[in-house]
Amino acid sequence: MSHETTKTWAFPGGLHLDDHKSISNTHHVTRAELPRQLVLPLSQHIGNAAIACVAVGDPVLKGQRIAKGDGYVSAPVHAPTSGTVTAIDEQPVPHPSGLHAPCITIRVDGKEEWIEHSGCEDYRTLDASELRNKIREAGIVGLGGAGFPSYIKLNPGTSAVETLVLNGAECEPYITCDDMLMRERAGEIIQGMRIMQHALQARHCLIGIEDNKIEAFAALREALAENDDIQLVRIPTRYPAGGEKQLIYTLTGKQVPSHGLPLDIGVVCHNVGTAAAIYRAIVHGEPLLSRIITLTGSGIPQPRNLDVLFGTAMCELLEQVHAKAGDIGKLIMGGPMMGFEITDSHAPVIKTSNCLLAEHRRDLVQPPAAMPCIRCGDCATVCPALLLPQQLFWYAQAREFDRVQDYHLFDCIECGCCSYVCPSHIPLVQYYRFAKTEIWQQERDKQKSDAARQRHEFRLERLEREKQEKKQRHARKAEALKPAGADKGDIKNDPKKAAIMAALERAQQKKQQSHIQPKNVDHLTEAQQREIDEVNARRAAAHKQDQEPSS
Amino acid sequence: MTTSSPHLSTPNSVSRLMLHVGYALIPGIATYAWLFGAGVLVHILLASVTAMTAEALVLMLRRRPMASTLADGSAILSAVLLALAIPPLAPWWITVLGAGFAILFGKQLYGGIGYNPFNPAMLGYAMLLISFPLEMTRWPAAHSLLTQAPSLSDSVSLIFASGVSMDAISAATPLDTLKTQLALGVGIDATRTGAETGKLFGQIAGVGWEAINIAFLLGGLYLLLTRRIAWQIPLAMLGSLALLATLFHLLDPQQYASPLLHLFGGAAMLGAFFIATDPVSACTTPRGRILFGIGIGVITYAIRNWGGYPDGIAFAVLLMNMTAPTIDYFTQPRVFGGGKP
Repeated sequence: MSHETTKTWAFPGGLHLDDHKSISNTHHVTRAELPRQLVLPLSQHIGNAAIACVAVGDPVLKGQRIAKGDGYVSAPVHAPTSGTVTAIDEQPVPHPSGLHAPCITIRVDGKEEWIEHSGCEDYRTLDASELRNKIREAGIVGLGGAGFPSYIKLNPGTSAVETLVLNGAECEPYITCDDMLMRERAGEIIQGMRIMQHALQARHCLIGIEDNKIEAFAALREALAENDDIQLVRIPTRYPAGGEKQLIYTLTGKQVPSHGLPLDIGVVCHNVGTAAAIYRAIVHGEPLLSRIITLTGSGIPQPRNLDVLFGTAMCELLEQVHAKAGDIGKLIMGGPMMGFEITDSHAPVIKTSNCLLAEHRRDLVQPPAAMPCIRCGDCATVCPALLLPQQLFWYAQAREFDRVQDYHLFDCIECGCCSYVCPSHIPLVQYYRFAKTEIWQQERDKQKSDAARQRHEFRLERLEREKQEKKQRHARKAEALKPAGADKGDIKNDPKKAAIMAALERAQQKKQQSHIQPKNVDHLTEAQQREIDEVNARRAAAHKQDQEPSS
Repeated sequence: MTTSSPHLSTPNSVSRLMLHVGYALIPGIATYAWLFGAGVLVHILLASVTAMTAEALVLMLRRRPMASTLADGSAILSAVLLALAIPPLAPWWITVLGAGFAILFGKQLYGGIGYNPFNPAMLGYAMLLISFPLEMTRWPAAHSLLTQAPSLSDSVSLIFASGVSMDAISAATPLDTLKTQLALGVGIDATRTGAETGKLFGQIAGVGWEAINIAFLLGGLYLLLTRRIAWQIPLAMLGSLALLATLFHLLDPQQYASPLLHLFGGAAMLGAFFIATDPVSACTTPRGRILFGIGIGVITYAIRNWGGYPDGIAFAVLLMNMTAPTIDYFTQPRVFGGGKP
């Protein structure tokens, strides 16, 4: 059976970019020097940040878990080498925001002392769930740049996986880390793919490689045993061929649903680097501790690929390739199309760092000023998602977020093709990111206010309910005091009313008794009676005078 | 300063785009000047100076950066396109008025480049045609039809000295003649072979006019091949115009002119490649552009045959400009992964 197929499908849009790959892929991958300290961000993946499970002062061994995953979409972090935890605090991290984030700092002891670990010689003896747990515990995330926890993508649930795709396209200009990995560790990639295939029970296996990577293709072909069912596919070099949806379409002719996952069409896609990491995790029991990173660009005198421990400061790596800090005008993590600028070169290399692109100061050009959009439509021609970037821009600029979504903002993969071709030099992707962030924020605000309103409504409801209950309780009590079969008019049959009546009568009697003359005026003589009458008459006259003082 | 990705961009720019459109106009302009006199060059100059002055004035009032906007070339391009639509010996103030109106009312009043819903040049032209029908319909005959062609200085004095008679060199255009003769009940064949009217008609669509149209077609093809304009609008416009013309011509050749006359007469090629393709006021979706082009072709044909004007490109373009936002909304492409329509 042939390892090659020629049938590919051309995804819409896209660009032919000068690749600049040859400047960094002529040297073998070398191990970066062991740094004096490592700074490990707790968030090196998509999802919740890991939770530190070591304390300052703790000694750690190479491969020891130092932070555990928080929830389903998360990944643990391991000590890339042995040493001592010296700090758990906020440090500069590689993130577009440029903000600091929680990190564990390890002072390296240089002994490279491993924690006890063991691999599994035959992965076939493990079932899918055991494999996933091992991969999860090894902290493996997608190494293509997105950093999605890999074990989740190996859990198809009830869906049947028709095709497992390995992404070896590496379509961004300058980046060659996957290229070098395929050239030098083809065997590990193939074995990693077999492990994934076993876990997924995938029927077909495809590896897509852009046709500018001839040596990588040859290496993989060599690593594939005879009569293997893994197919290597040469795909045309066209950015963004390595976009997951674009690659799947190129290889299978199937489109991932707009708001869906590859799994919806029976496809799972992993990066070649992830496959190699899975091989090491399963067969050697090694967690993810390092990766290959491309150091390239005009600011680097010796561009090459290094195998780097996570947590190594970028500035130290740059020194190792003899880059002068003062010469670097701009440092980008990732490729020139989708990468982001690093503002602090002390930030460490993390699991998603595939490339450090350092531009020399002299090559730094002021980006041309943005001019108004003339609706030329060049952006729509190159859009691989078949969007209308000019309309998205128009409505994003006007903050008409409903309209932006009418034009399918969330199908934008931020590949940057539209910005690249725009003759008005409008930073289109920046507008889409802004619109997305605003919409997410509005969504969060809405959820918050919804929750608040709900709480308020619940409270009103509760108060009303309590009022009703009180009323009912009183009514029930009143009912309970009535003898059975009693009706309102019949006093004799109602003990309560009878009691009230009796009490009233008693009060009446008392009142009547109070009209009785005092005892000391009983049985008076006539003279005494007259005297009293006179006093009373005087009193009455005086009282009358008091009331009419003016007369 | 932190910038967002991508960190690469093409050296392409709006001014470069406009510059290439300008290059593509050269064969047409040269042919025009060769066959109808240098008056057209005078008008191009006049219109350009007026447009730049008007644009600079507004930018100054709006306190907008002047250099970059003036340098984008869009005002000059509008001016050139308008000048090409004005009779080459029309008085100078016609062009000044038209170009000023186009920039002020057609463009800057809406917010400048990118924001105008109508094609500024065609808006200026429509205003002139409605306001000054006499000046706007006095076309000179092609030089080959004249006993003595006006020199450059003749043209300049005709343009700037109002009141000088240009009757000796003016003639109705072929499209105009056809319309008048049809109204008088003269069939097309008789018009094309008539002693007076016949000499206006060349091999295809009128002496001079066919050559100009071919020259604009060449320029248009250059823009198409270098992908500076989208193919949908010119193809749909010319296609629908040709289709309708063929259909009616087959039904009644005496009443309806041949498709060749429609395609190579009047402003057909200039309109198809340079005017209808103005990106700002045209549709931008692929399907929308086809509808937009078809609309212009159909309306042009309707105005030419049954309307009040001999040519109808300007009104057709303006009418379709109005529909562009709606067409765009309803012709959005199906997103990648959006399922079968």
